[in-house]
Amino acid sequence: MAPAPSSTYSAVTLNINGEKHTLTVDHRTTLLDALRERLDMTGTKKGCDQGQCGACTVLLDNRRAVACLQLAVAAEGREITTIEGVADGDQLHAVQQAFLDLDGYQCGYCTPGQICSAVAVIEEHAAGWPSAVTDDVRPEAGPPPLTAEEIRERMSGNLCRCGAYVSIVQAVARAAEADARARAVDGDRTADGSQAAKREGAAA
Amino acid sequence: MKEFGYQRAADVSGALALLDADPDARFLGGGTNLVDLMKTGVERPGRLVDVRELPLDRIESTEDGGLRIGATVTNSDLAAHPDVRRNYPALTQAVLAGASGQLRNMATVGGNLLQRTRCGYFSDVSKPCNKRVPGSGCSAIEGEHHNHAILGASDHCVATHPSDMGVALTAFDAVVDYETVDGPGQLALTDFYLPVGDTPHRETALPPGALITGVTLPPAPVAANSRYRKVRERASYAFAIGSIAAALDVQDGVVRDVRLAFGAVASRPWRAHAAEQALTGGPVDAAAFAAAADAELAAARPLPHNGYKVTLMRNLVVAVLSELAEEAGR
Repeated sequence: MAPAPSSTYSAVTLNINGEKHTLTVDHRTTLLDALRERLDMTGTKKGCDQGQCGACTVLLDNRRAVACLQLAVAAEGREITTIEGVADGDQLHAVQQAFLDLDGYQCGYCTPGQICSAVAVIEEHAAGWPSAVTDDVRPEAGPPPLTAEEIRERMSGNLCRCGAYVSIVQAVARAAEADARARAVDGDRTADGSQAAKREGAAA
Repeated sequence: MKEFGYQRAADVSGALALLDADPDARFLGGGTNLVDLMKTGVERPGRLVDVRELPLDRIESTEDGGLRIGATVTNSDLAAHPDVRRNYPALTQAVLAGASGQLRNMATVGGNLLQRTRCGYFSDVSKPCNKRVPGSGCSAIEGEHHNHAILGASDHCVATHPSDMGVALTAFDAVVDYETVDGPGQLALTDFYLPVGDTPHRETALPPGALITGVTLPPAPVAANSRYRKVRERASYAFAIGSIAAALDVQDGVVRDVRLAFGAVASRPWRAHAAEQALTGGPVDAAAFAAAADAELAAARPLPHNGYKVTLMRNLVVAVLSELAEEAGR
């Protein structure tokens, strides 16, 4: 049977930073090119365009991915977060603030990708994921401390040609510490909250 | 890049039908290798059938105590799974040794097995390459081949298979499950990749139009004491120049069970049967480990610039088995 003629473009709706964008794309269009060339969202950078440098890192369904190897048409239905969507309004994300405070960049070109990647690294570590430098990967060993060596390994998909790695590692570590403190406080609050609720229930 | 059609498959039978109807179609998983090769013109499909959202994303225990890993499970999810980390730690280590966090989130198990060699001549459409253009010649044999095969290669192709995951799966007797329009099938991973011979462009024994649906790992108590070690030219995010997946079970001072597979030395993950045979029932010491490595590497046919791999693999066998022996003794 002869194949049915196949269109080489499609109308797609992309969910980016909580907003829906509908556009017609040539199937060859990567998510990176759709963001930059079609939707004027130039925060995501094009470095190598072959999945090796990490400059185009975005989050897909809250997991980091390189937008240069992601076809736009195949990204329909996924929750896409770019560097433009990392902050909460005017409130910078802890990773962004740490990069600013510690000079986690020089020229800044790789920075959006570094920041998106770091946001995900902190989540992955909090979820207990081991890395290639984790000594014991068995679940019983527990999550490894997020040492500089762990951060370097986990961030190795993001290249920085200026070589700002020393400050990048410090920035990721600082943001991760802030995140861990926030999680601990949230945990306490939940525990206290439930106790408070019980007390209130007893009083009533 | 050549223009192409795109369809998202709703289920396995739909995916198979779409591919069956168009000989110019290819399945798209995470796309980390295929999209890259399409950009450079190495791959020129007329249509992509997107299988990433097929319901093949589960990791489940099998009745006999093994694991069934769906084909669209991402590398990240495979590596992070508690049963994999506990029962097959070398598999988690192998997956984590490959690519970057971004790529591991995108790449799938099925796609990992079907990824193409990273031989520079294969990727360069201006150069002869028997794998890319059958009969055009091999540029690597007389050219840049310091990271090419020392085992199982031929005069037609000396490219290596780049997978880390596949090396651990090979050590643990993984079986590839697939579906075709004519029904399901299975292939042991050791039979999955074809010998190079004079047909390096034919890489797997999968029937035409087959879709990998998963990988089944049989129970392997020995795998609980396992390790993957990868040697590369920089500390992270690079392909191997040599790697090893090993598992060791020691009882009463002798080797009761052992698994060994090598990466980056052949056109497929290389199961070291000869070394395993030499070790089984024998003493647990460095001399025995070295002798076993020599038994396996006797078949090595290094090229002028990759002879170092013979020494490298021998040292890896001794080092990793020694570490596992120490673990087993605890």
